[in-house]
Amino acid sequence: MPLLKNNAFVADQFVNLGDEEALPETGKIIVSFTRLAQEWDSLAKFTGVLGLRLSNTDKVESLAPYISQIALIVLSFPAFGDGRSYSLARALRLDGYRGELRAEGNVLPDQLQYMRQVGFDSFFVTDRFPLQTWQAAGHQMSLAYQRGLFRQAQETEVWSTRQQGFAPWEEQPHAG
Amino acid sequence: MYRYDEFDAKFVNERTAQFRDQANRRLSGELTEEEFRPLRLMNGLYLQLHAYMLRVAIPYGTLSSKQMHQLAMIADKYDKGYGHFTTRQNIQYNWIKLEDTANILQDLADVEMHAIQTSGNCIRNVTTDQWAGAAADELADPRPVGELIRQWSSLHPEFSYLPRKFKIAITGAPHDRAAVKVHDIGMRLHKNDQGKVGWEIMVGGGQGRTPMIAVTVRNFLPENELIAYLEAIMRVYNLYGRRDNKYKARVKILVHELGADKFKAEVEGEYAKHPAQETQVEMRELARIAEYFKPPAFEKLSRFAPHFEDAKRSNADFARWARNNLAAHQKDGYTIVNISLKPEGGIPGDATGEQMRTMANLAAQFSFDELRVSHAQNIVLPHVKLEDVFGIWEALVKAELAAANYGLAGDIIACPGMDYCSLATARSIPIAQAISRKFADVSVQENYGPLKINISGCINACGHHHVGHIGILGLDKKGEEFFQITLGGSSTENASIGTILGPGFAAHEVPDAIETILQTYVKLRVPQEDFISAYRRLGPKPFKEALYAAA
Repeated sequence: MPLLKNNAFVADQFVNLGDEEALPETGKIIVSFTRLAQEWDSLAKFTGVLGLRLSNTDKVESLAPYISQIALIVLSFPAFGDGRSYSLARALRLDGYRGELRAEGNVLPDQLQYMRQVGFDSFFVTDRFPLQTWQAAGHQMSLAYQRGLFRQAQETEVWSTRQQGFAPWEEQPHAG
Repeated sequence: MYRYDEFDAKFVNERTAQFRDQANRRLSGELTEEEFRPLRLMNGLYLQLHAYMLRVAIPYGTLSSKQMHQLAMIADKYDKGYGHFTTRQNIQYNWIKLEDTANILQDLADVEMHAIQTSGNCIRNVTTDQWAGAAADELADPRPVGELIRQWSSLHPEFSYLPRKFKIAITGAPHDRAAVKVHDIGMRLHKNDQGKVGWEIMVGGGQGRTPMIAVTVRNFLPENELIAYLEAIMRVYNLYGRRDNKYKARVKILVHELGADKFKAEVEGEYAKHPAQETQVEMRELARIAEYFKPPAFEKLSRFAPHFEDAKRSNADFARWARNNLAAHQKDGYTIVNISLKPEGGIPGDATGEQMRTMANLAAQFSFDELRVSHAQNIVLPHVKLEDVFGIWEALVKAELAAANYGLAGDIIACPGMDYCSLATARSIPIAQAISRKFADVSVQENYGPLKINISGCINACGHHHVGHIGILGLDKKGEEFFQITLGGSSTENASIGTILGPGFAAHEVPDAIETILQTYVKLRVPQEDFISAYRRLGPKPFKEALYAAA
């Protein structure tokens, strides 16, 4: 399953670590929220790069103690109609999370722009569609009425653009 | 009326192009029906029993004559020459071809209309008082806020895959004509003790299988905080609303299962995390929109309209129609004309292309170019000079639009039922037609007074039978349709859910049963007491006895 990032298919450098698997010396790993909470003492000292997989029933606010050390958060879409992760992503971005935010599960071209707008910046996608389809899908609409979106897709924010003297409510681009 | 600027126009055109591409991909087989389904639903395209149905949004029920002409054109060119106005102030076309749909959406975009979010698990078309900007009892025109919400909710990336559909209704008047208490979110404009204007925010009303009255989460929300607060409510619902059972997925179930206090606490907690810190843009946007809704250039007229009074004296039919179908306007010498789309034996809410053109022309000539669609499936000319009313009535008579039954027994709300809908368990249109024929004599209807009869062809309650003074619900028992009657529902500021009277009736028994109920009311009422007040005083007992005693 290809990983889409910055409009290209890229290799995934992270490794999923099962809850029972031993912690490696270093490297890029993804752990569950359960493990993160239970083994924080040792994970806090981990010298590699730490990623986290959230379930869409986890509470974002309980992440606060850990968030500054997390470089990747993976959120899932168990069905394309299950929209909980849109709200989780937006809440994470509003709370100031600036690491990579990855969508997996049912990610379809016609949802890609919404996902980018709420703050996702990498996507595990099905291999049914060629790269060009995904590249086009990310910006089908050039405008958005809502403010405070994570607008990496460069949509014009209609409300602030209409008003002279107001800059769009831009989120800072992330570091990862 | 609101007019699109370059941004709104571009937005709708891009959306249309996007749908054209999606429809082409479906027609070529690149998309499966399962993948296409949510995409077409987000653009108002349903697959019904016999054909595709396209539901077009009429934001807060307001139309210009040009838009009404375009709706007529679409009815003639792509449908069978008519359209169906719905209980959510929209219009539906029941005989649409998939290959025509993108062209229809372009025709709509050309007159600043669309079908965005008239379906799907997203925020639907916002509805309001059909007399907004005209009603004598109004505090302020709620439509600028309606337009603000339309824009904010359009293709909202966070709230397009909600647990279930989401309906918002707003009112700017103390007499609630928008049924705000039976919507997912209901908003009521009111003044506080300091004379400031703000919104009461109610959540969790609804009909369907589990009818509920909304609970107030904020009594007085300042207008500048509106969007941020709505986002907090929507986020709580999107995260915690049930997704395991579509019949328990509406926000009313979340409010009910958490309890009103816990739900309020969740919303306030979410809002406190990301409160409206900087709302200047929203306020300026609202002010920009409000410019479009400034009152039209009313003339200063006398309250007394001699020609109108003469016409009533010399023409009894006109007098009756004027008595029932006009409503008080804010300005002296003006009135609100309610055009009933409920002719005797007709299909509630249907209008032919020709009738739409007649109404559009009347609006252009006599009502500052404005029309409204009401949630009771009628059409309103909101700003008419009393002295013009007789001429309008004559034109309506010619177009077979002069039913004098507005707000009476013949003004029935009904869903499409089994004649069109794949969910229906019974017919509702033929029941409405039979009742309307039974009470064809308007003087009989006038004797029964203000009355709301609502008919739904299945438990999903699209005909709003729970809030009808008399509600009729069509069900199926072993292949036989039967009809359950409820009494005492209301969708106003004193909203209530109707009570089931007893065993159901066969289709042919329904009109007689309604007559028995109404005759019981006539026998027991005190002077000036309308049906719903009498029912509230008497309770169901006398009606039950009258209906079932004979059996």
